[in-house]
Amino acid sequence: MKRVFLTAAGLMALLHSFSQKPTDTTGFESRKLKIEEINLVSSYYSQNGNNSAVTGGIGSERLTDIANIFDIKLTKYDKKLRKHSFGAEIGIDHYTSASSDMIDLKANSSASHADTRIYPSLSWSVENEKKGTSFGIGLSASSEFDYKSFGGNVFFSRKTKNKNGEFTARFQTYLDRVSLVLPVELRADPNEKERDYPTSPRNSFAGALSYSRIINQRLQIMFLADIVQQQGYLSLPFHRVYFTDASVHQESLPDNRFKIPLGFRANYFLGDRFIIKTYYRFYKDDWGLTSHTADIEVPVKITPFLSVSPFYRFYSQTAIKYFAPYQQHSAPEQYYTSNYDYSKFNSNFLGAGIRMAPPKGIFGAAHFSMIELRYGHYTKTNGMQSNIVSMNLKFK
Amino acid sequence: MKRKKVNGPLGYTMAGIAVLLLACSCTTVKEYQKNKLNDAEMILANRKIEKTELSFQGYREGASGANAGKSGGGCGCN
Repeated sequence: MKRVFLTAAGLMALLHSFSQKPTDTTGFESRKLKIEEINLVSSYYSQNGNNSAVTGGIGSERLTDIANIFDIKLTKYDKKLRKHSFGAEIGIDHYTSASSDMIDLKANSSASHADTRIYPSLSWSVENEKKGTSFGIGLSASSEFDYKSFGGNVFFSRKTKNKNGEFTARFQTYLDRVSLVLPVELRADPNEKERDYPTSPRNSFAGALSYSRIINQRLQIMFLADIVQQQGYLSLPFHRVYFTDASVHQESLPDNRFKIPLGFRANYFLGDRFIIKTYYRFYKDDWGLTSHTADIEVPVKITPFLSVSPFYRFYSQTAIKYFAPYQQHSAPEQYYTSNYDYSKFNSNFLGAGIRMAPPKGIFGAAHFSMIELRYGHYTKTNGMQSNIVSMNLKFK
Repeated sequence: MKRKKVNGPLGYTMAGIAVLLLACSCTTVKEYQKNKLNDAEMILANRKIEKTELSFQGYREGASGANAGKSGGGCGCN
C-alpha cells in the first residue's frame, strides 16, 4: 500500500513539472501591424463680440464652428525590435461667420458667410526602446475656400541613460497660399469671380526644442522653446481698416514676423486622488506683441476610472505696433490693422471636464476604452466671449 | 523702510534659477516606481480633447507655440 501511494505521488509530481510552461525570456514582440488606438474628437464652438476686423474693428463677431477630427494609430515591431508607429488623421471644420458675411457690405448674405475646412495629415515614427531614441516625420495639408496649406515636420528625441529625462528637437514648416479676396468695394473689378482670385504665399518655419525630466515618483516637468519665422502675406486680405478721414483701406502688415515662445509644464500627483497640472508660456515677437499664458488643471479621481477636471487659463497680451481701433489710423502709416486679436487684452478661460475609462470598456464594450467630455467659457476684456463643448471617444 | 518688490528681469532670473535647481534635485525613478507618473492624466502635453481649444486660441490670440502645437501657419490664424 505504501509503495502504491509513493508511486502515485511520484507520478503526480512528474506530471506537474511537465505541465508548467517554460518562462519566455526572448523579449518577443509580435511583428504584426496592429491598431494601437482610434480617436474621435468633436467640438462645437460659438463666439460673439463687437469688434469685427472685416468691418474695420466694429460689428458682429458672431461665429459658430463644428469640428470633427478622426485619427488612427497603428504600430508594429521590426526584426530589430524597433517600434514603428503610423498615424493618419483627418479633420473637418464647418463654420458660419457673421463677419465673413460682410466682405460684401451690400449683400444680405453671401457665400462667404460659411466655409468648410478639411485638414488631413500622416505621420511615421520609429522608436528604439533599448537605446531610448525616436525619429519621425509628418506631412499635413489644409484646404478652405481662401487658404491652402502644405506642411511637413521632422523630429528626433533621445532619453537620458536612466530614462528619467528626454530631449526632443523638431523642425516644422508650412508652405501656404492665401487667396486675395478683397472687400468688394476695394476690388478693381466688382464682378470678379471666385476662380479669378490671385494668391500670395505665406511660409512658416519653426524649430522647437523640449526637455522633460522626472523629478521624483510624483513630479515631472518640461521646458519648451520655439523659434518661428514667418514670411509672405501675413495679413488677411478681407480685413478693412478705416482711417481718421473715414476712407477705407485693406489691412497692411509686414511680410516678416519673428516669434519666440518659451513654455514650462509641471505635473504633480498629490496623494492618491489629485493631479495638479500647470503650464506657463512667455511669448515675444518683432511686431511688438508680448504675452503671458498661465494654465492650471486639477483632475480629481473620483474612482481610479472616473475623474473630473476643473481648469482655468489666464492670458494677457500687449498690442502689436500696428494696431489701432476704428478710424484711428492715418495716411502716413505704412502698416495698419484694426484686428482686435492683435490689440491689448486679457482673457480668462474657465471650465471642467469629465473622463471615464473603465477597464472593461464603456457600457461593457471592450474596445470602447474611454469617453471624455469638456466644457469651457472664454472671455476677453475687449468684449469677445465664446463657449466650447468638446468630446473625445477612444477605441483600443 | 519700504521692501523692494522683486519683479522684472531680476524676478524672472530668480524664477529661472529656482526651476533649474528643482530640475537638478532629481532622484532616479525606476520603471516599477512610475505608476503615478504613467497615469494617462499626468501626460506632459495637451490631450487630444484640447486640440480644438488650441485651434480657437490660435485664431483669437496673437501668441502661439511652445505647446507642441502650431506656432504659426497651417491655417488662416495668427
